[in-house]
Amino acid sequence: MIRNSFLILLLAGLGWILFQEFDSFKGSDQLNPVAEYYATQGPQEVGAANLVTSVVVTYRGLDTLGEVTILFLTAAIVGLLFKRESNSETEDIYGTSEILLTAGKILVPMLILVGVYIFINGHLTPGGGFQGGAVLASAFVLAALTFSGTTVKHRVLEIVESFSGISFVLLGILGVVLAGGFLDNKIFSLGTFGHLFSAGAIPIIYSLVGLKVGSELSNIVLVMKSSEKGGDHD
Amino acid sequence: MINFNSLNIETVSMGIGVILFVLGVWGIVSQKNIIKIIISFTIVDTSIHLILVSIGYIRGKSAPIIDAAINKENAANEVVDPLPQALVLTAIVIGLGITALMLSYALRMYKENKSLDINKFKALKW
Repeated sequence: MIRNSFLILLLAGLGWILFQEFDSFKGSDQLNPVAEYYATQGPQEVGAANLVTSVVVTYRGLDTLGEVTILFLTAAIVGLLFKRESNSETEDIYGTSEILLTAGKILVPMLILVGVYIFINGHLTPGGGFQGGAVLASAFVLAALTFSGTTVKHRVLEIVESFSGISFVLLGILGVVLAGGFLDNKIFSLGTFGHLFSAGAIPIIYSLVGLKVGSELSNIVLVMKSSEKGGDHD
Repeated sequence: MINFNSLNIETVSMGIGVILFVLGVWGIVSQKNIIKIIISFTIVDTSIHLILVSIGYIRGKSAPIIDAAINKENAANEVVDPLPQALVLTAIVIGLGITALMLSYALRMYKENKSLDINKFKALKW
């Protein structure tokens, strides 16, 4: 009883604080100065048609690097928590259903294609490395669920992940040497605005981020799946 | 008080965000099952994304992507704020990492104790 009254008090207080915020919220008709700078100077300085991408990869590229690092840390901790069952590949008793098998055969290549398309065009259309990487990871997870015999090699995923992470940092350092600063995208020419090969290093960095996110997410899910197989009866 | 005549999309999205936030906190505090607590955490996560995006919305403007529909010179008057959207993009990925960590930890706890009831775990209680 006393517990419940504390709970109600907490929620009422929280609701009151948030309602004040909601009540004073007016919305806006005008961009604030920072956003105005991004909108007016972004196309000339960075050359990316998608302003969100120019903010994520160039203006706040260091945040993205930290974010990718956090994702790597997550994958590492999940891998640490689940000790990998390396060679106890117990077959599923029920096998894969016909529907899943057919859908997997059709969907997996298309999902990979869509994922690559999304992160290569991240500077032109909605989307980017994180979204494309998530689609890629869903393709790999679907493949692992459907074709239970053929698993994606963890080794390959680790190599792709380390390669893209190291290249991301190296491209950032190259920005210090060749252009204005860490993760500056002007190490390559900006190209024609709105074309695929434009915006300097942004397509390359976003593709690397896409590969890294895709391999990390599929790594997390596959580690969880492989531990579920033989881990329960020890 | 809320004036229903002036309801527009950023107010609605902000309101839903606030309601979801309180609901999620209720779930975190009151639920006993660890999986349900984790789901409540993700609800709070989503509510914060909604609130952030609604703060960055500018009335009547379009997505911050410059193409045939948006004039490059006049972009500042035609797009919404790109910064909160970039922050939400970051927050979604971080939220995914946190959820994966919490779920794997929950699985580990289940393997130790064969239970997901939060009251069965007394190691950190005083």
